[in-house]
Amino acid sequence: MMKRTFVALSLLLVLSSCASSNVTWGWYVIDPTTKGGWINVKFLISGMGQTILISVIAASISIVLGLVVALPGQSSRRWLRIINRIYVEFVRAIPLLPMLFWVFYGLPIVFKSMGLNIPIDPFWGAIITLAISDSAFTAEIYRSGIQSIAKGQKEAAQTVGLNYAQTMRYVILPQAIRRILPPLANQFIYIVKMSAFASVIGMQELTRRANELVVTEYRPLEIYTLLIVEYLILVLIISAGVRWLERRMGSDERQ
Amino acid sequence: MPQTEPEIAARTTAATVIELIDVNKWFDKFHVLKDINLTVGAGEKVVICGPSGSGKSTVVRCINRLEEHQSGTIHLDGVELTNDAKSIASIQGEVGMVFQQFNLFPHLSVLENLILGPMKARGMSRKDAVERARHYLDRVRIPEQGDKMPAQLSGGQQQRVAIARSLCMEPKVLLFDEPTSALDPEMISEVLDVMVEVANDGITMVVVTHEMGFARKVADKMVFMDHGEIVEQAAPEDFFANPKTERCRTFLSQILQH
Repeated sequence: MMKRTFVALSLLLVLSSCASSNVTWGWYVIDPTTKGGWINVKFLISGMGQTILISVIAASISIVLGLVVALPGQSSRRWLRIINRIYVEFVRAIPLLPMLFWVFYGLPIVFKSMGLNIPIDPFWGAIITLAISDSAFTAEIYRSGIQSIAKGQKEAAQTVGLNYAQTMRYVILPQAIRRILPPLANQFIYIVKMSAFASVIGMQELTRRANELVVTEYRPLEIYTLLIVEYLILVLIISAGVRWLERRMGSDERQ
Repeated sequence: MPQTEPEIAARTTAATVIELIDVNKWFDKFHVLKDINLTVGAGEKVVICGPSGSGKSTVVRCINRLEEHQSGTIHLDGVELTNDAKSIASIQGEVGMVFQQFNLFPHLSVLENLILGPMKARGMSRKDAVERARHYLDRVRIPEQGDKMPAQLSGGQQQRVAIARSLCMEPKVLLFDEPTSALDPEMISEVLDVMVEVANDGITMVVVTHEMGFARKVADKMVFMDHGEIVEQAAPEDFFANPKTERCRTFLSQILQH
């Protein structure tokens, strides 16, 4: 009932706005059948490669960093668990945009004060920020995955002589990975969407391209609509991959 | 099988493998082990029994350092168990353990379960490890199941795989923590039969169990625990014939009834 009302209302809204004579539509700016429109569309889509690239690199770093953060949290030593907790709570609390500003504008100054000359370009600034911000979440995913493996597995590994690293490598992680991979893949969708923030430090990705075109064409509705569709397609492809992965993992578990 | 006095004497004078002296342990404020003194000689079979919550599992878990004790000393083959990395490394894989819940690695085949320890902890070649694994699978009477996954086996078979997995490390001591308590009744005897055979091979064993038939067959020493204390220690003939304390008598009458 609610759903039908909602659909009816939104249809009404669309129709009424079309009927209004004050608005002129400018879909031509992204009409691929015209020469100018095609050039614009190509310009917008050309940011896709950078969006994918920074997302993939950031996610890869986050997957490793998350594990490095998660493992001390499982330690029997209190101070290691405290370090893990502080990292997760601290990083998780910082909004992405301020962290991006801090890394891009602030971190080079910190480096300089230490006598290091390490410039941070938009590409690596975005990747570092996304990876660190995401690592707090991937660490929590690892934690729940590792904790879901019964304590007896660790004990059995210990009694056949395996040390900590071997226990993790051969016994715990291979079992935990089935529960870790699907949420980890989900987390990749989060990174792809958050990579849009990289546009504000000048990263030439999808959102930045759209912003630049809006400035010259002044057609925000049409261009941002296409931008949203671009993210939508990207995320739908990834989530189809996630579902495929979940099905495969699920069928493994049953055997 | 009745044992002559000299036989018992010979075993007790054999080299001491496990020695617990005044061991105490607390879980938070709960005093779970109280002044535990226990000596196990090489090749000796010790059966620990007692009501649930009496601390018997905790004793064996302290011997292989799955739990830490807070006071007293535990020596294993002459090495004191401490937090020291060297001490931990020296007992790594020397104390085998068979758990109530089997704890097989569910993502590995039976054979891979068996060769993991020998290969990774002992550095054996795959070929030698597989050879040894097949030998012990034969020993626990499931030579054909090597390629199956643990979940495809019955409970009794899984527990026998777990015994074979421990034997593959050729440990100095083999601990059993209620190995038949999680099994369906019809599978208990197949596991106990294997345990008797392993016992006859001469390995040092400490077994927590309520299976008194098994205890009579293999035990050199019976230990009765209650409320975190060792209440009685005796040779099985003595232990079953004339328990000295009321607590032990009550316990035995309860479990021997069925």
